Amino acid sequence: MDTPYAIEMVNITKRFPGIIANDNITLQRKKGEIHALLGENGAGKSTLMSVLFGLYQAEEGVIKKDGKEVTISDPNDANDLGIGMVHQHFKLVQCFTVLENIILGVETTKSGVLQMEEARAKVMALSEKYGLQVDPDAKIEDITVGMQQRTEILKMLYRDNEILIFDEPTAVLTPQEIDELMAIMKSLAAEGKSILFISHKLNEIMEVADRVSVLRRGKYIGTVEVKNTTKEELSRMMVGRDVQMVVDKEAAKPGETILKVENMTIASKLHSNNAVKNVSFEVREGEIVCIAGIDGNGQTEMVYGLAGFEPLVEGKITLCGEDMTKSSIRHRSTHGMSHIPEDRHKHGLVLDYPLEYNMVLQRYFEPAFTSGAGFLKRKDIREYSERLEGEFDVRSGQGPITIARSMSGGNQQKAIIAREIDRDHKLLIAVQPTRGLDVGAIEGVHRHLINERDNGRAVLLVSLELEEVMNVPDRILVMYEGEIVGELDPKKTTVEELGLYMAGAKRNVTVDANTSEIEESEVIDVVRGGKEETK
Amino acid sequence: MNEKAVKKNILKNPSFQAILTSLICIIIGLLIGYIVLLLINPAGAGEAIKTIILNFLSRSSSAAQMKALGNTMAKTAPLLMCALSICFCYKVGLFNIGAAGQYEAGACFGLYAALAWHMPWFICLIIAAIAGAVIGAISGALKAYRNVNEVISGIMLNWIMLYLTNMMLNKVKDPTSPYTIKISSANKGALIPMAGLNTLFANNKTVTLAVPLAILFAILIWVILSKTKFGYELKATGYNKEAAMYAGMKEKQNIIVTLAIGGALAGVGAAFLFLTGYQEWSTTQTSVPGMGFNGIAATFLGGLHPIGTIFASFFIQSITDGGALIDKSVYPSQISDLISSLIIYLCGFVLFFKHIINNAVSKRDTGGPNVNDVPVEPAADKDDKKEGGDK
Repeated sequence: MDTPYAIEMVNITKRFPGIIANDNITLQRKKGEIHALLGENGAGKSTLMSVLFGLYQAEEGVIKKDGKEVTISDPNDANDLGIGMVHQHFKLVQCFTVLENIILGVETTKSGVLQMEEARAKVMALSEKYGLQVDPDAKIEDITVGMQQRTEILKMLYRDNEILIFDEPTAVLTPQEIDELMAIMKSLAAEGKSILFISHKLNEIMEVADRVSVLRRGKYIGTVEVKNTTKEELSRMMVGRDVQMVVDKEAAKPGETILKVENMTIASKLHSNNAVKNVSFEVREGEIVCIAGIDGNGQTEMVYGLAGFEPLVEGKITLCGEDMTKSSIRHRSTHGMSHIPEDRHKHGLVLDYPLEYNMVLQRYFEPAFTSGAGFLKRKDIREYSERLEGEFDVRSGQGPITIARSMSGGNQQKAIIAREIDRDHKLLIAVQPTRGLDVGAIEGVHRHLINERDNGRAVLLVSLELEEVMNVPDRILVMYEGEIVGELDPKKTTVEELGLYMAGAKRNVTVDANTSEIEESEVIDVVRGGKEETK
Repeated sequence: MNEKAVKKNILKNPSFQAILTSLICIIIGLLIGYIVLLLINPAGAGEAIKTIILNFLSRSSSAAQMKALGNTMAKTAPLLMCALSICFCYKVGLFNIGAAGQYEAGACFGLYAALAWHMPWFICLIIAAIAGAVIGAISGALKAYRNVNEVISGIMLNWIMLYLTNMMLNKVKDPTSPYTIKISSANKGALIPMAGLNTLFANNKTVTLAVPLAILFAILIWVILSKTKFGYELKATGYNKEAAMYAGMKEKQNIIVTLAIGGALAGVGAAFLFLTGYQEWSTTQTSVPGMGFNGIAATFLGGLHPIGTIFASFFIQSITDGGALIDKSVYPSQISDLISSLIIYLCGFVLFFKHIINNAVSKRDTGGPNVNDVPVEPAADKDDKKEGGDK
C-alpha cells in the first residue's frame, strides 16, 4: 500500500436478514480523485455508502482514513472524519432558506445568538470559488432541484469535508445541470477533495471519473482506470452479460390515428401562466412519438391533462375516435389508455400494498377479479400476479405477497409496466419510464415499448434522457415553455440540434406572432437560467 | 419460498407478534398500577390489584358474578363499536379521534328519537347511525376538499357535539335531575330487546342484542376491509391518495365515506349504551365522554385488527369495572379511574413494543450462523428498503 489512500474500505461485509448486501468489498480511494461506484439497482452501492457514512455497521471489515483504522458508528463520526454525502433524496428543510440549511447543525453563535453574517460570507466565498450558484435567501421549496443539490454540496463544503459522496446525483437533473455538476466535481477534485460518485450512467462515469469500481449483486467485481476501459466493458462488468447499447428496431408502420390532441391548454399550479399552451398533435397506431424537453416545460401537466388528472382550460382530446376531453380517469383507463406514470411512488403504486394488489390496481373492479357481490377473487388475483411476474421478470422477495415498498426501483417499474401493458389498451403513455433504472433494465423497458409499437399500439413517450429520445421513438416533438416548438425525425437530427430546440433557441412549428421572435440575448439567458424560472 | 422462510422464527409471525405485544402492554400496565397502589397503601395493594384483574370473578356468589359480567358485557358493546370506528378509519389511513363526537351525536339523536318521537328501538338505532355518519362526513368533507386534518376537525366537533347534545336532550330530561328520562318508563319500545340474553346473566336486563350485534359488526368490518372490492379501494385511498386517483378511484368520496362509516359505527355504539337503559345522559356534563377515547386504546391493544378489538374492548371494560370495586375505605375513590387509565395508557405502547421485538429478532438473525447459505439474489430488496425509508 504505497499510495496514500484518502479513505479505504477493506473487506466490508454487511448482512441483512436473509441476504448479504455487501460481500467482502474493498474500496480504496486516492486523494483528489473522482472514483465512481457503478452497479445496478440493488447491487449494494447504497448499503456500502451507508456503512461509510455510519448509517449501518458492517459485520466484517475495516474502514481506514489516511491509513489509520477508524470506527464510524453514526453520521456525526463520519462528519468528524470529513466525510460528507449528498443523498439521492435531498435532506433539506423545505421551509428554511438555503443559508439556514447550509449552517444547520453547525451554527456559529455568540452568546446564543446566531451569527448569520459570518456564515453568509463563508458560504458566498465557497459558492464563488466552486461556481456553485445559489440564492442564499431563497427557501428550499421555491428553488429548482439543481439549486437544491448545489445547496447540499455547499453543506458539505461548509463543514470542510474532504471526502465527498454523491449518491446518484444526476438522476434528478436536466442535461445542462448535469454538465454544470460535472464541472463542479472536477474543480472539487482539483482542489484535492476526494470524490465518490455513485451512478449507473456510463456516459457520466466515462466523462468525469478517474477510476471506477463495479459491484454486482453485493459482490465486488473489480476496479478499472476509466481511460483504459470502454462503456461496453463497464456495462458487462455491471450486468454480467453483454448489453445492447443501441436500440434495435424496424421501421415504423403507422396506421390509424389513436390519440388526437387539439389546442390543448392547461393551467399551471405554480404560476398564472398556462403550463401547456395550445398544444396539438397526433399519435397513430404502430408508432412511438416522443415528447422531448427539459424538465418543467409543461410535459408533466400535459400528461396530467391527457390522463384526466387536471382539467383542460381549452382544447379537445380524442382517443380512438371518442371525445375524452371531459371523461373521468377511470373511463379513459378502461377505454384504451394505459399510463406508466412519471412518479411511480406517488401515482404508480400503493407502496404498502402487496405486489399482487398493485398488479390489479387498474383492473381490480373487473369481473375477473371481483365477484358480483363485491368480494375480491383473491385466488385469481394471485394467479394473475404470478403470471405477470413470470412474463415480465418482476423479481421480489416473496412473490405476490411482497410489499411493493420493499422491492427495488427497477422491479417496481417492471411491475407497473407489466400491469399497464398487459391490460386492454390502444394507447400507452410512458412518462420517463427508465428514470432511475440501470442499463440492463433500461434495455428491457425499451424492448417493451418497441414490442408495443409492433403490436399496433400507439405509444406516447415522454423523456428527458437524450439518448432515449434519439434512439427509441419514430417521431420527436420538442416541448418548450408549454408549447410544441419542433417536430424532428430522430434518424435525421442530431443531439446538438435537439438541444437547441429544447433550449428554445430554435423552432420549426408555426407559432403565435408574439412569441415567434426570440432575441439572441434571451436565448442565452434561457439556456443558462431559464430552467430556474420554468420550474 | 424456501425452507428457511417456513422455519422462520415464530416471533416474526405478525399475528403472534400482535398478541404478544398486547399481552406485554397489559402486564406492564398492571405492574405500574400495582406499584401505584403500593405507594398509596401497601397493605391493601395485593387485594386491590386482584380485584381489578378479576372484576366480576371477585364477587362472592355465582349469580352476582354473572350479573357483574353482564354489566361489563353491556358496556363492552358500545366500547367495541367506538373501537371499530377508530380501527376502520385507521386502516384507511385516517385517525378518527372524532369518534367521541360521533358517539355524542348518536346518543343525542338516538335518545331524542326514543324519548321525544317515541320511535321503536331499531329506528332509534338507524337515526343514531345517521347522526354519527353526518358528523363523520363533515370531518371527511373538510379533509377531502380543504385538506383539514381530521384530528383537528374531529376534536373540535367533539366539543360542539357535547354541548349540542346537552342542549337537545335538555328537552327530554327528567325535571327533578340533570339526567334524561328513563327509557323504560317513557318508551319501552325503544329499549333494545334482550332476546333471552338476560337470563344467561342472572336476569341482568342491560344485556341485550347489542352485545351479539357489536360482535357481528366487528366481523363485518373485518370482512369488508380484507375481502371486498370496497375495502380494497378504501385502503388504497388511505395508503396513497394519489395512486388511488391514478387508478380512477374517487379518492375524495372514499375519504368522506370512510369517516361517515366510522361515524355511523360510533353513533350505533352510543345507541348500544343508552338504548339498553344502562344509564342516562347527564345534560350537565362538561367533558366529552371517555368512550370514544377508550376506543383508541382498544383499537391499538387489539392489534389494529377488528377481531382483536373484541377482546381488547372486553378487557379494558373489565379492568375499568374491576377498578370500581376497589375498597374505597383504603383508597381514594379516584384510584379506580387512575389505575384503569394507566393500563389504557400503556395500551398505546403496542406499536412501541412491536418495534422492540422486531429489532431484537432482526439483530439475532443477522448474527445467526447460517446466513451464508442464503442466496444473495434478493439483495435488491433490502437495499431499496433502506432508500425507501429515507423519504
